[in-house]
Amino acid sequence: MKIGVYTCHCGGNIAGTVDCEAVTEWAGRLDGVEVSREYKFMCSSLGQELIEEDIKEYGLDRVVVASCSPHMHEPTFRNACQRAGLNPYFLEMANIREHASWVHKDRSEATEKAMALTAASVARVRYNEPLFARLSPVNQNTLVVGGGVAGIQAALEIANAGYHVYLVEREPSIGGHMAQLDKTFPTLDCSACILTPRMFEVGNHENITMLTYSEVEEVSGYIGNFEARIRVRARCINQELCTGCGVCEEKCPAKVVDTIFEAGLGRRKAVYRPFPQAVPKFPVIDQDNCIWFQKGKCRACEKFCPTDAIDFEQDDRILEIEVGNIIVATGYDAFDARRISQYGYARYPNVFTALEFERMTNAAGPTEGNVVLRDGETQPDSIAIIHCVGSRDVRYREHCSRVCCMYSLKFAHMVHEKLPNATVYNFYIDIRTPGKDYEEFYHRLLEEGTVFIRGRAASITDATLTPEEEGKLIVTAEDTLVGRQRRIPVDMAILSTGLEPRHDSHEVARIFSISCSREGFFKERHPKLDPIATMTDGVFIAGCAQGPRDIPDTVVQGAAAAARVLSIIGKGEVEIEAAKAEVNDLTCVGCQMCIESCPYSAIEHLEERQKARVIEALCKGCGTCVAACLSKSITLYHFTDQQLVAQMRGAMDALFELVPA
Amino acid sequence: MKYAYYPGCSAESSASAYDATSQMVAAALGLELEEIKDWNCCGATEYFSIDSLPAYALVARNLALAGRQGTSEVIAPCSACYVNLKKVDERMGDYPQLNSDVNEALAAGNLSYTPGSVRARHLLDVICNEVGCDAVSEKVVRPLAGLTLVPYYGCYIGRPEGGFDDVENPQTLDRLLKGLGATVPDYSLKSSCCGGHMTQIGTEVALGILRGLIDLAAKLGADAMVVACPMCQLNLDVYQNQLNSHFGTTYRMPIVYFTQMMALALGMEAAELKFEEGLVPAGPMLEKWQAAEASPQPRKKKSKKALPMPEPLDGGDSG
Repeated sequence: MKIGVYTCHCGGNIAGTVDCEAVTEWAGRLDGVEVSREYKFMCSSLGQELIEEDIKEYGLDRVVVASCSPHMHEPTFRNACQRAGLNPYFLEMANIREHASWVHKDRSEATEKAMALTAASVARVRYNEPLFARLSPVNQNTLVVGGGVAGIQAALEIANAGYHVYLVEREPSIGGHMAQLDKTFPTLDCSACILTPRMFEVGNHENITMLTYSEVEEVSGYIGNFEARIRVRARCINQELCTGCGVCEEKCPAKVVDTIFEAGLGRRKAVYRPFPQAVPKFPVIDQDNCIWFQKGKCRACEKFCPTDAIDFEQDDRILEIEVGNIIVATGYDAFDARRISQYGYARYPNVFTALEFERMTNAAGPTEGNVVLRDGETQPDSIAIIHCVGSRDVRYREHCSRVCCMYSLKFAHMVHEKLPNATVYNFYIDIRTPGKDYEEFYHRLLEEGTVFIRGRAASITDATLTPEEEGKLIVTAEDTLVGRQRRIPVDMAILSTGLEPRHDSHEVARIFSISCSREGFFKERHPKLDPIATMTDGVFIAGCAQGPRDIPDTVVQGAAAAARVLSIIGKGEVEIEAAKAEVNDLTCVGCQMCIESCPYSAIEHLEERQKARVIEALCKGCGTCVAACLSKSITLYHFTDQQLVAQMRGAMDALFELVPA
Repeated sequence: MKYAYYPGCSAESSASAYDATSQMVAAALGLELEEIKDWNCCGATEYFSIDSLPAYALVARNLALAGRQGTSEVIAPCSACYVNLKKVDERMGDYPQLNSDVNEALAAGNLSYTPGSVRARHLLDVICNEVGCDAVSEKVVRPLAGLTLVPYYGCYIGRPEGGFDDVENPQTLDRLLKGLGATVPDYSLKSSCCGGHMTQIGTEVALGILRGLIDLAAKLGADAMVVACPMCQLNLDVYQNQLNSHFGTTYRMPIVYFTQMMALALGMEAAELKFEEGLVPAGPMLEKWQAAEASPQPRKKKSKKALPMPEPLDGGDSG
């Protein structure tokens, strides 16, 4: 056995804490090591060439690279091995950066640990076996989940490239939050005007199957070969007959508060389209509020429909589709302002949320764009905009929601435009305007005369102390620029609520076999270098489902996800990881414990033989089944017992030698 | 269920009306209260600032006595007593050293206390959450219709977070009074401080606080403010004259205990409910109630143009 060991300095990342020279020298003395070298950046092309030349010159049959996490560079060094004619699975990495130099301060202890980790890899690598990745064809269809601007962008990019897209949306229309907004910052474009052309394009695209009022219930399969089960909820409208004339909506006597599109500020009918430019144009019957479904009488819509398109008998449809890639763009929920009771939302009528105010300033909204108090008539003379409601607060959401400062500025501008005599106060912690032309917009608002008070609002109350405060809402805050408590009486308060993960994001993550951060935003493969992919190959994320972001960033990410999908489709086939589990037929008793333990549903039960079988293409090589198997019948290639025991023994032997008893 | 009853010092003096009506109401609701034998003062807020170990031991003694009587829950009608009992029980559980020090002190009196073994409950909590506001409502024979009652919880109920009600916008007393038939406005100072012992330290500050509390209640058309704490009652009632002369105001706001109002609604005679112990007379409020008992009032209609109001969040949540 001839092993080559390569210790990386990673600039100062490793060498700053670990004595790489000592590690190299020590590793050179380990059993079977033919050559041991150190280099400033092993991942550089010169570093890789070093390995390749040594393989050829010394006839190395195993390689250990002591550097960073295999998440980063295992593919790099596997490729280097392959280029030099060595099976890529004869490479082993020792992670002396994340596991040693970055987490320790003491140089000698970090060096000892790096030595032990390297020794462990050297001990293990001799047992590594050659494995061969398999190629699998890619289905050219794509599933895009979520019809907001992220999903719309992704769907159009892929469809325009000539591939088919299934776009699934939970609500009756695509458009997402962006369709609710009035203007977009900082350009003050009309949000609907720039979005609706895209929506129509989606609706009419020959390569897009749009499934609204629908939800993905189950996904199985793997990159290139997913199967998805979609529930298409009953609209109770025959789409072949419906012309979208809107008579049903007009005649429907059941009126309810619209908590979704109108954010609670307006009402809709039980048969409704969320908004006039809805795509598709077909309404839905909301069965929970329809008088016919609840009380068994009415059917007014049916009586008046000129094309007999009302169909009370319609059932949900289940659609099974096959796709090669999935983009999850399920968006965000607005923080529920009622949770912060001292701000008095749902208590004082004239406290509004940001989304309510969006609908209020929107000419198509419940007040036709008039800024008025809850009575629907009175114009406010003074308005307080409270930043960071639910954001940047360890009791609620620790993160900054990124868009609230800018939309708060936009609100202030809208008020100045609509009510020139009104005073607008912004209560802020910091003004965060990181975006093109954003800071300029802030300066514009400073000139427009908005009053900025640096201090998180403590409370909003109707308990007045002076005659001037009478009948007003009092916003209390510590003005940290002036250094004193302030009480500002206003007619209206707007709570700039933050963006939080969808309430069911953990459930959605489970369906797509992706993971969530502690908060519930979907987790990307790498926070810097791969914020689009997930740890599940073939499943990508875009938009606020990954974390709060504004419209331009969302569009960018939607397009980026589409590009990733297109590159996989373009390649036509995908390499399937060779580190797979395999069941030993001779000892398997068919107890199915492994099937229950497998997080990827990658094990099937062969009924006729009462044996378990790993579906190679689905297996991620996580090893859970190996631990769960009671009869020790499962082997995970590249992580065999022999390899792992050797690895542990290597580390222990090293520590015995290095650390005095 | 049988509860240990810890009346607290004020029950024997300024808050005897609270003590008496608490016991009357409890009996009417089938709550079995057994007064802790030989109980002692909870130390109020002061003792903890002066010498903490004896302060803890003082409170723990009451918990130990309650445990010895075979009860696992102790009811305190006074918010300060309730918070002290709860605090000492929790701290002894959190800090082993404190636990052993306190138990060493208790041992001198042949007592011991295991943290977590006796749960401190506020009377309001037990009535609203164990008996239930609906159950109370069903027992009402003379609804408090026609009366506008402002619920004033004071700052101890709900604090610290994780108690039986929301910190900023508690609801139990609101629900209870509505169940009794009263009109209950949303009183936004309901969980603000009454000034506590600030009356002794900085009278000016205390009077300002009290004025704000009574002023908002008066603006809401309150016939009385309903409290659940002897300290709140004392401050709002006893200092009302003084703040009137200080600010030139003319408030005559009766400050009554929720148990007095419950007893009324449950059909007990007003004369037996010690309303006369309040310095601000409750007579006008009672007369108004008796007059209103016959004639219910019509409700106001909402304007058609009005925008929908968001539904409140159930239960509240402050972090």
